Amino acid sequence: MNALAQRAQRAAAVAAQHADAVDREGRFPAEAVAALKAERLLGLQIPSQFEGEGAGLRQVAVVCSTLGQACSNAAMVFAMHHIKVASLVAHGLDSAWHCQLMERIAREQLLVASSTTEAGIGGDLRTSFCAVEAEDGVFSLGKDASVISYGRQADLILATARRHPDAAGSDQVLVALLADQIFLERTSVWDTLGMRGTCSDGFRLEARGLPVAQILPKPFAEIAAQSMLAASHLLWSSVWFGIANAAVDRARAFVQGEARRQPGQVPPTALRLAEVSNTLQALRSAIVAALVRYEDVQGDADAIGSIGFAVMLNNLKTTASEMAVDIVQRALAIVGLAGYKNGTPFSLGRPLRDVLSAPLMIGNDRILANTAKLLLVQKGGGQLMSA
Amino acid sequence: MVTSDDIRTILGSNEALAPVAQQIAEDDSLFDRGLDSFGSVQLMLALEERFGIEFPDEFLTRRSFSTIRAIRETVSAVLQSVAA
Ligand SMILES: Cc1cc2nc3c(=O)[nH]c(=O)nc-3n(C[C@H](O)[C@H](O)[C@H](O)COP(=O)(O)OP(=O)(O)OC[C@H]3O[C@@H](n4cnc5c(N)ncnc54)[C@H](O)[C@@H]3O)c2cc1C
Repeated sequence: MNALAQRAQRAAAVAAQHADAVDREGRFPAEAVAALKAERLLGLQIPSQFEGEGAGLRQVAVVCSTLGQACSNAAMVFAMHHIKVASLVAHGLDSAWHCQLMERIAREQLLVASSTTEAGIGGDLRTSFCAVEAEDGVFSLGKDASVISYGRQADLILATARRHPDAAGSDQVLVALLADQIFLERTSVWDTLGMRGTCSDGFRLEARGLPVAQILPKPFAEIAAQSMLAASHLLWSSVWFGIANAAVDRARAFVQGEARRQPGQVPPTALRLAEVSNTLQALRSAIVAALVRYEDVQGDADAIGSIGFAVMLNNLKTTASEMAVDIVQRALAIVGLAGYKNGTPFSLGRPLRDVLSAPLMIGNDRILANTAKLLLVQKGGGQLMSA
Repeated sequence: MVTSDDIRTILGSNEALAPVAQQIAEDDSLFDRGLDSFGSVQLMLALEERFGIEFPDEFLTRRSFSTIRAIRETVSAVLQSVAA
């Protein structure tokens, strides 16, 4: 095992220990995040000139899936943090303020949260109501942020808003807001079926008199297309893979237990295990293929911004989210009551409830509708090893 | 013949670009002005319809639709290949 995998395993061991309590109490996975900080994993992607490790999404994805096997909540917190960091790294390098911020993230292991979702807009990332109001080098912003995961625990929040009060809904910017610069008034409580420890409460967010240097210079349209879409779909999928993988591990252990009890016979559930291991492999292949394609085009703004690439990423999200749910459900069917019950070595209630969030996290129909628009111009004819 | 004003007229039907379409210079980045992937799909469809052409996949890149000049060159190239 390489050094990074070992660091991820150590953090995952801590996460696993507290995963049931985090879920039951709907509380932030504080121990796991402390372990991630102790392993210095929050600065993984930050370039080395800013005291990070300059890792790519492939390495981050591996950590996401390791954590996902232990605690979905800790894994999703880690994924969401690195999705935001990916945008800072891709688009913050020509802004002195954001370079300094990256240095702080790596050195102080700051945790970054995201506020895109807004009351009345839902998961339409590319539309905002709220607007930045700038004057004399400072700006203010008020946002009805209906979902901010770990909003209270984060050290900073990256929020979308319209560029100015007269801008179109899609003419957005991304602003970095440090926790001690903003007021957060809780407007809704995250009491959910699963992913309970992400603490994705709703907030009224208020920021006043902050330097305009904190607004990322690139339009959010560019940030979304060039870094956020890829990072979100690749890292979320890696978390879901981790959840599905752990569920199949439990099903396998169950079937092997049966086999040991009845030597010379293949338990009937082994057939279902063969089937689900097949689906798990297809899920892994889809994610790995997308990561490889991402690495192939990295740094090529034209290729990342191309229609074919956006379609590929959208397809990954809808496919991976549905397959992960399917896999955990099938694992449960194999394990039966021992999986349905809490507190057995084969319990699958928590991962099932957690993974059910996958198709909703930016609704799959919304994503399919976006893909449908892109397909209006794509001409097709792709080859096995390319498009 | 494709003129920059033909293209500005088409840009005027994009939500983000509409208010500024007439002021966009030849080499201004449309993406920096807020054009996103869906906006560019709409733009491609409008251009295909207006000029009676179909852009092959290799033309469907960001660069081909990044500025008014790039669009003019892209459309001209497709028109020429159709004529040839
Ligand atoms: C675990 C978790 C953590 C999250 N953390 C954050 C966070 O930290 N920050 C943040 O900003 N947000 C966060 N979100 C919110 C997320 O980004 C989406 O905004 C949210 O999942 C969308 O919620 P919705 O279903 O209410 O909204 P909508 O997007 O309004 O969707 C409602 C329904 O309509 C369908 N729909 C919408 N548009 C179309 C269309 N064009 N065609 C067909 N169907 C359509 C959708 O598929 C869905 O079924 C989180 C969500 C989850 C589940």
